[in-house]
Amino acid sequence: MFLNLKTAVAAIALSAVAGTAFARDLVINFDDLNPGPKKGFEDAVEKFKAENPDINVIVNINDREAHKTAIRNFLTADAPDVTSWYPGNRMAPFVDAGLFQPVDDVWEENGFNEDLAAIKATMSRDGKIWGVPYSYYQWGIYYRKDIFDLLELEEPQTWDELLAACGKMKENGVTPFTIGTKFLWTAAGVFDYINLRTNGYDVHNALTAGEIKYTDPRIVATFDNWEQLINECGFVDNHASMSWQDAIAPFANGDAAMYVMGNFSVDGYKNAGLTEEQIDFMPFPTIDPDVAPAEEAPADAFFIPTNAKNVEDAKKWLAFVARPDVQTEWNKTIGQLPINSKADISDDKFIQEGFALLNGATGLAQFYDRDAPAAMAKAGMEGFQEFMLDTSKKMDVLQRLDEVQAEVY
Amino acid sequence: MADAVVTDTSTPTEPGWFRRNKLAIAPWIFLIPALIFFAIYVVIPIFESLWLSLYEWNGLYDAEGNSTAVWVGFQNYVKLWDDPNFWTSLRNNIAWLILYMLAVPAGLFIALFLNQTVTGMRFYKSMFFFPFVISQVVVGLIFGWFYNPDFGVVGTVWKAIFCEETTNILGNTTFRCERPVPDILSSEQWATYGIIAAGLWPQIAYCMILYLTGLNNVAADQIEAARLDGAKGWKMLWYVVVPQLKPATFIAVVVTVIGALRSFDMIAIMTQGGPFGSTNVLSHYMFEVAISEYGERYGYGSSVATVLFGIMLFFISYFLWRMYQDEKGGR
Repeated sequence: MFLNLKTAVAAIALSAVAGTAFARDLVINFDDLNPGPKKGFEDAVEKFKAENPDINVIVNINDREAHKTAIRNFLTADAPDVTSWYPGNRMAPFVDAGLFQPVDDVWEENGFNEDLAAIKATMSRDGKIWGVPYSYYQWGIYYRKDIFDLLELEEPQTWDELLAACGKMKENGVTPFTIGTKFLWTAAGVFDYINLRTNGYDVHNALTAGEIKYTDPRIVATFDNWEQLINECGFVDNHASMSWQDAIAPFANGDAAMYVMGNFSVDGYKNAGLTEEQIDFMPFPTIDPDVAPAEEAPADAFFIPTNAKNVEDAKKWLAFVARPDVQTEWNKTIGQLPINSKADISDDKFIQEGFALLNGATGLAQFYDRDAPAAMAKAGMEGFQEFMLDTSKKMDVLQRLDEVQAEVY
Repeated sequence: MADAVVTDTSTPTEPGWFRRNKLAIAPWIFLIPALIFFAIYVVIPIFESLWLSLYEWNGLYDAEGNSTAVWVGFQNYVKLWDDPNFWTSLRNNIAWLILYMLAVPAGLFIALFLNQTVTGMRFYKSMFFFPFVISQVVVGLIFGWFYNPDFGVVGTVWKAIFCEETTNILGNTTFRCERPVPDILSSEQWATYGIIAAGLWPQIAYCMILYLTGLNNVAADQIEAARLDGAKGWKMLWYVVVPQLKPATFIAVVVTVIGALRSFDMIAIMTQGGPFGSTNVLSHYMFEVAISEYGERYGYGSSVATVLFGIMLFFISYFLWRMYQDEKGGR
């Protein structure tokens, strides 16, 4: 037995040596096990392998929550050559700890500075670019087209039109908005949009970067608008005990007509029995016409850890995932939007509308919990939920957020 | 070991050191494995987290494997003092401690009720014991559904009383309510009590089983004598039965206090500390600031853990002292 073990060890060692001699290993950690995203990633890997037969690609796919925990260890202990992660403030702790390496050269050599211009600010920190995005998706208002048709409503373009439409819905016993705030982040989507429409991208960005207080008159104005939305439009009852999936039920049943959500939710509507004719997408209405349109578009990206062993091929992969043809195919599979402005999009109507929307945007927010640091995001989203349940607590909530802000930044 | 003993005895003149001290050493040899694991998994981490509470650390190491922690002294504790979430958690911990104590008398009465000989008693006993057997997570889920205003028992009953069924604009069935359905787990005032009620369910079962075994040891002759002296009902219970159940009561109180202080699973399952942090307790708050997705403040989390440890230490020391006193009393 001992002899067998010895030979086995020798064989393994030999094959490992042989492996490194003939093909270079490229280890990629990916963060989504859902069938669509997994297939999109695996197809891309196959294509990459076909183009680079000399690279031996090793893939580790984990589920999203597990990846979020694992990355904190593997970046130091056993770094892959490439890992998926999120831009904005989510990458900040790793950048600050020196665990990612800058990839400005990849952007330079491949012309990404032009093709991925919209996302460049989000991928940058300390004047350097840290990763390459492969996909993003739009946020906005998903609504029941059949209810709008019954009530003879058009897509509201402005705040007043939205409030008027809400009035008509309420007269007919329809709750205007559904939402499920149990896990908090959905409320942040509503906040982001009202703030982006009230104050614009720069103010929003300054807020999440800790440069503006929550009791600043501009942010208070955002909350005033939100209060108006809650009073004159209104959200479903009991939203604090529902997840975002639970909140689809009143939407599917026709009790509620609109849902501020990301494009990933379309699958949920279809699974709840709604057809493509019954649902439609519209941008969040304008509040202040002087404010340039900015949208919410969280991106997914790839990064190279500082401890990567095969940096050269890792950069090849990064250049590959942002190529127009790769992004086109990948995003068709996963039903999201390519970031490369030269890429094509699928003919899905939500994707088409999202593409038009994001192309017209002057700024792209990454979502409150990616733009703001973790501790701030948690306190902020709890504050949003508290405010939504009882709008009279507005100033208390904002003052508390100021205290948290003073401590976090 | 046998080898060691043989070599020790090979010097014939006088017995070896090991031989002479055998009685003193043997217990320690048996204790060593337990002590090692206790040290690795309990004692050392306690000191590590005490130490960590003096740092500010997001849990990351840099590329060379050096910790990125920064020494901040007692600043974490200063922050804690000004943190409204901490005080909410502490208040909730106290609510848990007080209300959880209901499990002790409730368990006693169920035990008294079940302590009779009726056909099928074993079945009833096991039914009452059942909630303790199933996982706390499952209990949390069941109660979460129970309280759900849309499809839970609470919601359904409420709808039957206060709501009328109508059709909405699309002709689908919906409910119009005179009063909105109570949303217990999303209410700042009621959510904690809702979770405590769920937690009491298995805890009562635990206390019940402790008392049931205790009741087996109640001396029948004393009951007999008390009965002859005319003791009945409450007096019999309070002056004759309960004093004999003192050991069971002691254990029931200990497990209930510890259970209340370490309540975590139910909160994590039912509300995640929400709405807006109002159902947090120290153990869950510690998890939230240190390990959860929006936390990653390990130093701060450790300072919460230290406070919780202090509270636990107070109770545990008291219990140990009591036990020591009892044993000295020669029972």
